[in-house]
Amino acid sequence: MTAHKAAFLFLLPACLFQAPLSGQPGSELRLSLRHDPRSFDPALVDEDAGETIRYFTGGVLIRMNRVTQKAEAGLAESWKVSPDGRKLRLKLRAGLRFSDGTPLTTDDVSFTFQRLMDPALNSPTGDAFRSSAGTVAVDIQSPLEMAVTFPAPVASIERVLDQVAIQSARSALKERAVAGPFALKEYKAGAFVLLERNPNYWRKDAKGQRLPYLDAVRFSIQSNREMESVRLRRGELQMVDAVDPEIFDRLKAEPAVVAADAGATTDVEMLWFNQANGAQLPEYKKAWFRSREFRQAISAAINRSDIVRLVYRGYAQPAAGPLPPSSVWFNAKLRGPAYDPARARRWLESAGFRYAGGQLRDAGGNAVVFSIVTSASSNVRAKIAALIQQDLQTIGVRVNIAALEFRSLIQRISETADYEACLLGMVNVDDDPNGQMNVWLSSSANHPWNPSEKAPATAWEAEVDRMMAAQSSSADPRKRKQAFDRVQEVVEEQAPVIYLINPHALVAYSTEVRDLVPAPARPHLFWNIDRLSLGNSGGALNARTAAAR
Amino acid sequence: MKAVRISCLAALLGIYACAIGAGVLTRGGYAQQDREHAGERPGAVHWLGTDDLGRDRLVRLLYGARTSLVLAPAAALLATALATAIGSAAALMGGGVERAALYLTDVVSSTPWFFALLMVRAVLPLNVDPALSVAITFAILGLLGWPQGVRPMAARSGAMIHSEFLQQARAAGIGPMRLLARHLAPNLAPVAAAHFWATLPVFILAEANLSLLGLGVAEPLPSLGNLMTEIRDFQNVAQHPWLLAPALLLVAVMGALQAISQPVRSSYDCT
Repeated sequence: MTAHKAAFLFLLPACLFQAPLSGQPGSELRLSLRHDPRSFDPALVDEDAGETIRYFTGGVLIRMNRVTQKAEAGLAESWKVSPDGRKLRLKLRAGLRFSDGTPLTTDDVSFTFQRLMDPALNSPTGDAFRSSAGTVAVDIQSPLEMAVTFPAPVASIERVLDQVAIQSARSALKERAVAGPFALKEYKAGAFVLLERNPNYWRKDAKGQRLPYLDAVRFSIQSNREMESVRLRRGELQMVDAVDPEIFDRLKAEPAVVAADAGATTDVEMLWFNQANGAQLPEYKKAWFRSREFRQAISAAINRSDIVRLVYRGYAQPAAGPLPPSSVWFNAKLRGPAYDPARARRWLESAGFRYAGGQLRDAGGNAVVFSIVTSASSNVRAKIAALIQQDLQTIGVRVNIAALEFRSLIQRISETADYEACLLGMVNVDDDPNGQMNVWLSSSANHPWNPSEKAPATAWEAEVDRMMAAQSSSADPRKRKQAFDRVQEVVEEQAPVIYLINPHALVAYSTEVRDLVPAPARPHLFWNIDRLSLGNSGGALNARTAAAR
Repeated sequence: MKAVRISCLAALLGIYACAIGAGVLTRGGYAQQDREHAGERPGAVHWLGTDDLGRDRLVRLLYGARTSLVLAPAAALLATALATAIGSAAALMGGGVERAALYLTDVVSSTPWFFALLMVRAVLPLNVDPALSVAITFAILGLLGWPQGVRPMAARSGAMIHSEFLQQARAAGIGPMRLLARHLAPNLAPVAAAHFWATLPVFILAEANLSLLGLGVAEPLPSLGNLMTEIRDFQNVAQHPWLLAPALLLVAVMGALQAISQPVRSSYDCT
C-alpha cells in the first residue's frame, strides 16, 4: 500500500466524524423525528411525529405553558367557560391571518370544531369533546366573537384546546394553511420535513418584532437513537428529545451540548397480560391472566428499584399507578408496589399454584411459562424485559422475550390479540385524567388488556367506566379528583396493568440554542418554539465556524 | 507461510474449543445477572467487565461466539450449496432451464424480503426457546443468501463444460457422475469458496439487524451480532475499548479461516 493510500484510509474515519464547519443556514433549527408523520392534517394526527409537526405549525386558541402549567392566550385574546363546563365563549385577536394570507375568523374556529366532531372523520383529537352523543352548537356573534356549546361538559377544556389547531374554512391550501409559527415547506418521505417561518404568525416579542425568530426548522427522519446523539455531537442536529439514559450520561461530558434532566414525566412503562375475549390462548393461560392474585404476584416479584438503577441509571422512579406521585391527580392513598418475592409466592399458592422442583405449576399441572412481547427498536425495553425475566425466575415463572417490529407488535396487541403479555410505554401529554379516557373506558380500542369490550367484562371495569365518565363530565375539580382517585384504587387492587417506572424527561441540545427551558411536560424541548433562536442567527458567526475561518 | 497457517489453525481450534466449551469453562450462565456489579470495567473477576445488567462480558462473548461461529458457517454453507446446485444445473442443462433458473434468481434477488421476514415472524410462535429462535434465524439467512452466487457459478460451469479437458474426458468415456465429481466440482470450488467467505460475515451481522424485526437472537441469549450492537456509537467505544472484543474476535476468526483455506483454494485454481 502506498503512503498516500495509507494516509487516506487513516484520514477517512476522522473526516466522517468531523463536525461540518460550513454550509449551515444561519437560523435553521435542525432536529429529528423518529419516523415519518402519518398525516399532516391536524385533526387526524394520532402519533408522536404528527403531533410534533402540529405543535410547530398549528395555531391554537389557548396554549398551556409547559413550565407553569398555566393556560396562556393564543389566537383567543380572552375566553370564558360556563360553570357547567359545556359552553365556551371566545374572543379572537384582531387581524389574525393564516400562513397563506387568508383571514382567520370565528368561521374558521366553527369549521374546526364541526370537523373535529364529525363522526365520519373519527378524529382522535375530537375524542375529548365527544364524552356523550350530540352535536356542537356554534353561535357566531361577529368575526371575532363566538360561543361554542358542547353536547356534554368538557373537563379541562383549556388543556384540550391546546391540541386543537385551527384550520381554514376558505383557503385553497386546506391543512397547509396554518396559523402556528411555522408552515410546511417540503416533505420527502423517509428523509426530512422542512418547515419555514410563517410570516403571518400573530405573536410579537416585547420589542414589537414578529415571532418566530427562526427562519426554518428541518426535521431529519432518524430512527436510530445512537446516530441521533452522534449527529448532535457533530452539530448536525441541535436538539434530541427522550434521550436513552446511557447516551444521556455520555452527552453530559460534551462541551457544546447541554444534557438536561427536566424531571419526572407523566409517561409510564408498563406490563399487562392479554385478557381479551378473543385471545388466541389456551384456556389455562387465560385463567392465569384473569386471576387477580396471579397479576399481583407478578407485580410483587418485579424489582422496580433495579430497573431504575440499572436501566435508567437513576433517571426514573418506580411507578405506583398511572400517574407519578408528583401529579396533582395522584391518589396519595396508594401504597405503591413493594418488591416482595415471598409475598408473591404466597399469593400464587393461595390462587392454587404449586411448586414442583422450583418450577411453578397451576392446579392442572401446567408449567407457568409465558412470553412478553415488546418493541425490538428499544434497548431500554430489552433490558427491562431481561430484568423481569430473572426476577420472575426467582418465583418459578419462566419468561420468553419476543422483541417485535413496532407495527407488528401494535397489530398483535390491538387487532389479533395474539400475545400473552406486553411490555410497552404510555405517553401522556399532560396528567389530566381526561387524556386517559381512551385507556380506561372498556369500550375503547386502546383499553390495553381487553380492547373494545361490548360491555364491561368485570364489575370492577364497569366501576372504572362510571368513574371515568363522571370525572370527564364534571366541571368541579374536587369531584373529578374523587372519581379518578377511585379509578387508581381499583387499578391498584386489580392490577390489570402492572406499572413499572416513570422515566425522567432526558433531553440534550446544542449550546447554540437560546432561551430553551426544558420542561417535564411534552414537548419537553420546544414548547416555546416561537421564542427560540440560535446563537448564530442574525448573521453572526458561531464560535466554531469563526474559528475555522 | 506454513507456520502462519499452523498458528492460525491452532488459534481457530482454540477459539472454537472455548466457544463450544463455554458451559464448562465459565461459572454461571450467559444470563446470570450480578446486579451489584453492573457496568464494571475489566478486572480480576470479570476479565472483560460486566454489562449494564451485571452480566459477565467474557462469558457472553464465549456463548455468543458459540452461537454465531457454529450457525453462521452452517447458514453460509447452505446458501453456497444452493447457489452451486442451481448455478451449475442451469449451465449444464442450458436452454430453457438456464433461462428459468436465472429468471428465478433475479426474482428472488429483487423481492423485498423485509415484508417476507415480517410474515415469517408473524407465523412463528412467541413462546419459542431462544436457541430454536436463533436456529430459525440462520436457516432463513441460508435460504435467502443463495442468489448472489448463482450467476458466477453458472458462468464458471458454462466455461468448464466447453473446455478441452472436459471434452477429452467425455471422449474417454467417463460417465456424467464421475465427470461431475472429479472434474467439474473441483473447478467450481473456488467460486463456491468465494461465495462462502463473502456471506459468512454478512450473515453474522445480518443476524443483529434481524433482531430489529424480532427475528434475531432473543434475550438473554448472546450472539456476536447482538454483542456488536454496542459498538455503534464511536464515542462509547473510545471510552470503553473492551467493547470491541466481539468485533476483534470476528476479525480474528475470519482472518484465520482465510489463511487456512488459502492453499486449498490455490490448488483448485491450477486444475
